Amino acid sequence: MRSLIGILDLSTEEIDALIRVAEDIIANPDAYREKCKGKKLATLFFEPSTRTRLSFEAAMYELGGNVLGFSEATSSSVAKGESVADTIRTVNCYADIIAMRHPKEGAPLVASAKSQVPVINAGDGGHNHPTQTLTDLLTIHREKGRLCDLTVGFCGDLKFGRTVHSLIEALSRYTGIRIVLISPDELRLPEYMQNKLGSLDNVTFTETKNLEAAIPELDILYMTRVQKERFFNEADYIRLKDSYILTPEKLTGAKPDLSILHPLPRVNEISVAVDDDPRACYFRQALNGKFIRMALMLMLLDIQ
Amino acid sequence: MLVNPIKNGIVLDHITAGRGMELYRILKLNELSCPIAIITNACSLKMDRKDIIKIDGNVPLDLDIIGYVDPGVTVSTIEDGDVSQRIHLKLPEQITGVIRCKNPRCITSVEQELPHTFRLDDPENRVYRCIYCESKAK
Repeated sequence: MRSLIGILDLSTEEIDALIRVAEDIIANPDAYREKCKGKKLATLFFEPSTRTRLSFEAAMYELGGNVLGFSEATSSSVAKGESVADTIRTVNCYADIIAMRHPKEGAPLVASAKSQVPVINAGDGGHNHPTQTLTDLLTIHREKGRLCDLTVGFCGDLKFGRTVHSLIEALSRYTGIRIVLISPDELRLPEYMQNKLGSLDNVTFTETKNLEAAIPELDILYMTRVQKERFFNEADYIRLKDSYILTPEKLTGAKPDLSILHPLPRVNEISVAVDDDPRACYFRQALNGKFIRMALMLMLLDIQ
Repeated sequence: MLVNPIKNGIVLDHITAGRGMELYRILKLNELSCPIAIITNACSLKMDRKDIIKIDGNVPLDLDIIGYVDPGVTVSTIEDGDVSQRIHLKLPEQITGVIRCKNPRCITSVEQELPHTFRLDDPENRVYRCIYCESKAK
């Protein structure tokens, strides 16, 4: 019995296999309609999330299974002070697999240590969110046909953005990856991550503050939100925020086959005018989240 | 200065000078009833100065704690006046119950009964990270 807590729990071979299954689901949906018949997914969302919970639920329904669970801690026994371990032992009586989101970092690891059924981390605070990373990898694979030999720009909040850290870790296991880090000084990728990247032979990285200047060399542009609360003073935020908003004008010099990704939800970091550009992948990316979660649940339930 | 040899017991040697009392406290050696000698600033060819702790009795010691506090320590077990076992400690791969995670967002901050466990992430810089939230130990 396996759980998925962080993206590095999966080998690149397993990630490649998941992508193959997800792409087969997309090509042959009928073949998967009853794969999870009689199986139950428990969605334990100790904090609200629209996209991730709906995507897990849609994934299980499309595999022919059922879903039970809660969407916020106030509607669970946690509100009465129950521990994660006790909640998990109880849910084990009713479900075959668990998707869990929790505001505290490490809660899904605690859950997996006590669980008799697979636990999928659906986000633990600012820490891990492996199914988002799998979604990003499937999207890159579907858009580019490969996960190697790519120049990938990460723009915005590279300091606190958990999706950025996970995707960088996942991509840095493939060959020919060039990473361009685009952020203000306040939101640079943490030093320990830069040191890790610097020690790898198969990855190179550069840093810049200028999004517009970096865009022409990119195959992938991964946008994140620059949040006001991350700055020490409002003047710096106001001075910098527009620099990291993607507009059609900034895309003038971009490659015709650039793929623009965003983990969503978006606030204002990508102008809505970009949405109609065929290079904008973020809504296709949200759809891919369902397919990769279908593939993941099949793998963890050991269903061929 | 003369400290008698022990017949059955444990000698912690090559303790970094000045760390002997810290180890004494952390290992709660004050709770033992057997004789214990702490020698500080002893001359050492290898280290110039070192501390030594001699425990006249075979008591269980948490080697991971000693390795975390001072990874260069040598632990010798004495039986019938001879060294029966000598262990050169190094930084332990994992430690539990020695340090606490201070990240307020960590699950250990709300679930009090969880053990505080850290894994060695960077031996060169002696960096340990919480197994739950991966925060660096401070």
